[in-house]
Amino acid sequence: MMRDKLQSLGRHTLDIFARIGRGAEFLIHTLYVLPAILLRPALVIRQLYYVGVQTLVIIVVAGLFVGMVMALQSYIVLVDFGAEESISLMVALSIMRELGPVFTGLLFAGRAGSALTAEIGLMKSTEQLSGMEMMAVDPMKYVIAPRFLAGFISVPLLTAIFMSVAILGGYLVAVELLQLYDGVFWSQLQAKVDFYEDFMNGMIKSVVFGFVIVWIAVFEGFDCLPTSEGLGQATTRTVVHGSLAVLGLDFILTAIMFSA
Amino acid sequence: MNTRTIEIMVGLFVAAAIAALFMLALKVSNLASYGQDEGYEIKAHFDNIGGLKERSPVSAGGVRVGKVVGINYDNQNFEAVVTISIQQGYQFPKDTAASILTAGLLGEQYIGLDPGGDEENLQPGDEIELTQPALVLEQVIGQFLYSKAQGE
Repeated sequence: MMRDKLQSLGRHTLDIFARIGRGAEFLIHTLYVLPAILLRPALVIRQLYYVGVQTLVIIVVAGLFVGMVMALQSYIVLVDFGAEESISLMVALSIMRELGPVFTGLLFAGRAGSALTAEIGLMKSTEQLSGMEMMAVDPMKYVIAPRFLAGFISVPLLTAIFMSVAILGGYLVAVELLQLYDGVFWSQLQAKVDFYEDFMNGMIKSVVFGFVIVWIAVFEGFDCLPTSEGLGQATTRTVVHGSLAVLGLDFILTAIMFSA
Repeated sequence: MNTRTIEIMVGLFVAAAIAALFMLALKVSNLASYGQDEGYEIKAHFDNIGGLKERSPVSAGGVRVGKVVGINYDNQNFEAVVTISIQQGYQFPKDTAASILTAGLLGEQYIGLDPGGDEENLQPGDEIELTQPALVLEQVIGQFLYSKAQGE
């Protein structure tokens, strides 16, 4: 009885290590074939459409509402101190430093990451990947690498769009709804938001998140059990692990960037 | 969907992202003001700088004329040394006084310049002689209580 428990614990641990090892090996292989894909940009552009353009709607809508809600909520606190002009600063700093990259990462994992895993997983379970190998077409080169590159490019772009739409959402609420003065809104931002410290750090976060989410998504698809059940589990793992990785990395990056 | 439509959509996506980057860089952050920050530096010694930070504004008559670019501690005189960058085009007489003020009761701290009547102007690298340290609320209250107690 005790031995069975120990054995299952050991097997789980070994499984985890094996998965990490396969993931690392997969990543190195992907990066190795990545330069070759630059010669065929059409493949990447098609994936940019599926991964980037189709995620745009949810990013824009979410950004708009996050910005509007942030402005409404910060107004409640700031108006007590007569500091309601700082709404724009409150919205812009929280969006640029934290919410923009994190929200985009979570939405991307849910919308595009799961789709990538499902697509690659289905290719694997219907033996399309093996078929390509049979025809001496490297699936790493023609299936994995374009998707990886497209996702990696999309996340920072989506983050920039999320940030600006969220700030416009905050602007709508602050100026149109709460009747704040329009000039103060922008001048506060220009006076207090630092391009490098606030904006670039947010973008660095988004690059890291994009890399990790896309890695998890394509790896889970490539590594899934070729059954309908395995496919479902792999898709779930993409969303769960991708979101957890974003949140965990966000804490580490924030601690490095903003603790000093 | 044919390749042309896909490429147009991707092109729109990238263009929108670049527009967003430009808006964030120029309209929301202070990147646009990096170029115009070239100015000349002067120094000022203060007993106490309170909550003054780098990039705190420097104003004269309520107009923003520069910013704090460096804060150090002088080991010889045991004072804080603040380096101020004044935008090109603003001139102040040699006997200008600098004081650390607070915007509102709880607002951020800034340096206010009070021009004197000297004929000569401050040159780059000069030092402001007349300074007034930041008002520390605890000290003011302490002095008030002390004088009150003495009076009784």
